[in-house]
Amino acid sequence: MKKILVLFAHPRTDRSQVNVVLAQAARRVEAVTFVDLYQEYPTFEIDVEREQRRLVEHDVLVFQHPVYWYSSPAILKEWQDLVLEYGFAYGSEGRALEGKLFFNAVTAGARREVYCSKGAYNYELRDFFAPFEQSFLLCHMRYLPPFSLFASGHSSDEGRLEPHVADYERLLRAVAEDRLDLDKAEGMLTLSDDLDALIRPAGGEG
Amino acid sequence: MELLQDAFIYLLAAVVAVPVANRLGLGSVLGYLIAGIVIGPVLGIVGSETEEVKHFAEFGVVMMLFLVGLELQPSMLWRMRHRLLGLGGLQVGITTLLIFGGAMALGQSWKGALALGMTLALSSTAIVLQTLEEKGWMKSTPGQSGFSVLLFQDIAVIPMIALMPLLAVTAVGDHGGGHGDGGHGDGHGGGGHHAGSALEGMPGWLQTLVILGAVVGIVIAGRYLIRPVFRFIAESRLREIFTAAALLLVVGIALLMNLVGLSPALGTFVAGVVLSGSEYRHELESDIAPFKGLLLGLFFISVGAGINFDLLFGQPGQIFGLAVGLMVLKALVLCGLGYAFKLRGPDLWLFTLCLAQAGEFAFVLFGFAEGAGVLAPEICRVMTLVVAVTMLLTPLLFIAYEKGILPRAVKTDDREADVIDEHGVAVVTGVGRFGEVVSRMLITNGHKVVVLDHDPSLIELWRQIGLKTYYGDATRPDLLHAAGLDDARLFVAALDDRDKQTQLVHHVAHHYPHCRIIARAVDRHHVYDLEKAGAHHVVREMTESAVSAGRLALEELGTHSFKAERQARAFRQHDKQMLDALRERWHEGGVDKQYIDVARTRAEELFQIMASDRAAERHDGSERGWVPPPKDARF
Repeated sequence: MKKILVLFAHPRTDRSQVNVVLAQAARRVEAVTFVDLYQEYPTFEIDVEREQRRLVEHDVLVFQHPVYWYSSPAILKEWQDLVLEYGFAYGSEGRALEGKLFFNAVTAGARREVYCSKGAYNYELRDFFAPFEQSFLLCHMRYLPPFSLFASGHSSDEGRLEPHVADYERLLRAVAEDRLDLDKAEGMLTLSDDLDALIRPAGGEG
Repeated sequence: MELLQDAFIYLLAAVVAVPVANRLGLGSVLGYLIAGIVIGPVLGIVGSETEEVKHFAEFGVVMMLFLVGLELQPSMLWRMRHRLLGLGGLQVGITTLLIFGGAMALGQSWKGALALGMTLALSSTAIVLQTLEEKGWMKSTPGQSGFSVLLFQDIAVIPMIALMPLLAVTAVGDHGGGHGDGGHGDGHGGGGHHAGSALEGMPGWLQTLVILGAVVGIVIAGRYLIRPVFRFIAESRLREIFTAAALLLVVGIALLMNLVGLSPALGTFVAGVVLSGSEYRHELESDIAPFKGLLLGLFFISVGAGINFDLLFGQPGQIFGLAVGLMVLKALVLCGLGYAFKLRGPDLWLFTLCLAQAGEFAFVLFGFAEGAGVLAPEICRVMTLVVAVTMLLTPLLFIAYEKGILPRAVKTDDREADVIDEHGVAVVTGVGRFGEVVSRMLITNGHKVVVLDHDPSLIELWRQIGLKTYYGDATRPDLLHAAGLDDARLFVAALDDRDKQTQLVHHVAHHYPHCRIIARAVDRHHVYDLEKAGAHHVVREMTESAVSAGRLALEELGTHSFKAERQARAFRQHDKQMLDALRERWHEGGVDKQYIDVARTRAEELFQIMASDRAAERHDGSERGWVPPPKDARF
C-alpha cells in the first residue's frame, strides 16, 4: 500500500463548490494524508522541516487545486520555492524524493476542447504544467499528467461532478494499491480523459 | 417573633421538601407545592396568613415578568412573531371562546362567561417557565413554542385587565366603593396592603385611558430616565447599591401600578422589555434572579398551603371535575394548534401538557372580576380553587411526559432545529483596547457576541458607536451565567487586571468545560498562569504590536521590507521557542537560577541568529529560504 500526500491549495474554500467535494473524496481514502495548505499556513510561513518530513514519509505527492492563470494558486509556488531545497530534493546529493510519484488533481474553468493547439488556449493543460513536470523530474520523481475536471463551474449542472468525484477516489485508491498503469499513464495528455483504460481491476493480477 | 417563626417554617418546609422532590425527579415546583400542602391543610401549622404570604410572594411573579421582559428584545420578538401571534393568539382566542361557550351553557351571564374564558385561557408562566428551565427544555422547539404562547398570554393580560372594568360598566354602581379592587386584585402587587386605587369612581373609559397612560409612562421613563440613573449608580462601584436600585425599580413600578389599580407584573414586564436593550440588562438579571427564585418558591408554597381542603373535599367531584375538564379542554386546543404548527410526536405532547393548566394571573383576574362585579364571589372562590388544583396537577403531567412519553419516543431528528439563540456564541469580557478589537472582529463577521465590562463610561462610548455592551463585573459567576455562558462556544477573557483575569479563566474553565477560552496575558509569567488556569489560547497583549514596531524600525533604518518581515517572523518564532523552553523551568521552580540561565542562553542565541542573517538555518550551516543552489552545484 502506497502512502499518498495530498497538498490541497484553495484560498477561498468558503466559495468553492467543486474542490471541497473533491477534498472530501480524498479524505475518504485511508492511504491519503490530506493537508489544507491555506489552512495550515495562512500567512505563507511554511514550516520547511515539517513539509520535508511529510514528503519523506509518503510515496506519492498530489497537488490538488483549481487552475489559476494556467498554473496553481500562489501558496503552492511558495511551497515549491521553500521546500524543494537543493541538497534535499535536487542536486547530486539531494535524493530524498527519488522514485516518488507526482501528479496534479485540478479543476479548470474552460472546457476540455479549449485546451488544445486548435482551441482558444492554444495548448494542452499538460503543456501549461511543464514547470511542474520538469521540477519534479529534476527531483528524480516520476511525473504523471494532470487529473482534471474541465468546465468545473458547469460540472454539477451537467451531471459530471459526481462521476468525477468517484473517479478521483478510484484513482487515489488505484495509485495506493499500485493498480494504475504508470507507463501508459505517463504518455497521456490527462489522467481523466480515459481513466478506465489506465486502472487495473482490484484483486486481479493485471 | 411571629415573622421569624413564619419564615422559619416556610424555609424549613422548602429546604426539606424541594431537594427530596428533586431527587425523586418530581421537580422543584411540585416540591414547593407539596411543602405548602404539608404545612398548610395537612399539618395546619400555617393558616390564615397564607393568603397574605401569597400576596407577598406573588411579587416573585412580578420579578419573573420583569426578567421575562428583560429577555424579550424586539428583534427576538420579531423572529418569534409567527408562533407568538399565531400560536399564542389562536390559543388564547380559541380557548377563551370555548370556555365562554361552556360557561354560558352552565348559566353564566355573557359578561361573566367572557371573564371566565379570558382568565382560564391563560397558563401558569411561573410553573411552566420554571420547569422548562429546570429540565433544560427551554431551548427545544416545544419549549420555545410554549414560551411564545406564555409571552402572548402575558401581553394579552394587559387588554384583559383593561377590559374588566368595561365589562362591569353597568355593575359599577353595585360594587363600587372601598371594596372595589379587593380580593386578589392586588395580588401581583405584593404586600397585600392595597394602596387604594386612584381610579375608583372614574368612568370605565377614563380608567382604561389612565391604565394605558401608565404603561406609556413606564416606556418613556425606561427609555430616557432609568438608564442614566443606573449609570450614575454603577459609577459608584458599590454592588449592593446597584442591587438595591434594581429592587427599587421593581418595587417602585409595582407601587405605581397599584396606585392606578393595574397589575404590577405588567408594569415591570414593560419595564423589562424597555431595558432589554440596555447595557444593564445582564446585571439586573443576575441581581433580581435570586429574589425571584425565593419568592416564586414561596408563592408555590402558598398555593399549596392555601388549598381549601374543606371546599375541596366538600365538593370533590365538582372541583376535580372542573379542573380536569378545564385541562382536557385546554389540552385539546393546544394539541390541535401544536399539530397545525408542525409539532409532532413527543414535541407535541410536551407542548400540549405543559400549558394545560390555568395560571396565577387567574388569581389576579378573578380578583378584578369579583371586584368589578362581573363574577359572583362564590364562583370566584370555587374557580380559584380549580385553578390551584390544575396547577397542582401540572407537575404530574411533566413527570408523565418525562417518564412515560419521552423514553418511548422514537428519535426523529429530520426536522431542523429552530434557532432562537438570544445568547451569543461568544462572550467577551473587557472592552478596553484589547477586547474591543476582538469584539468588533467577531461582530463584523456576523457572530453573535455578548460583551461585558464594568466601566460605565466605556460602555456608554461603545454603545454610541454601535457596539452593544453590557455592564457588569465579569468575575461574578452569576453574571457570567446570565450572559449566556452555558450556550456560548467561545469565551474571550480580556480584562486588564492580571489576577482577576486569571481567576476568571480558572472559573470559566472549570464551570463551562465546553467553552473554548482565549485569554489576554500581561507578560510571559501571566501566560503560564493562564495556561494553568485552563485557557486554550493565550495572547500577550504587547508582543505582536511590539514586533510590528520593530519591523517598521528596521525598515526605517534601511532594511528591505521583506527582509524586515522575515526578521520579524524569525523573532516571533524564536520568542515562541523561548516561551516553551522557559515554561518548563517556570513550572519546576519559578524564576530561579536555572530559569535565568535558560533565558540568558536564549537571548544570546537570538542575537546570533539576527546578526548572522540566518533566520532559519539548516543543520549543516547553509542558508535556507529563497536561496539559489551553490555555484558548484551538480544536478
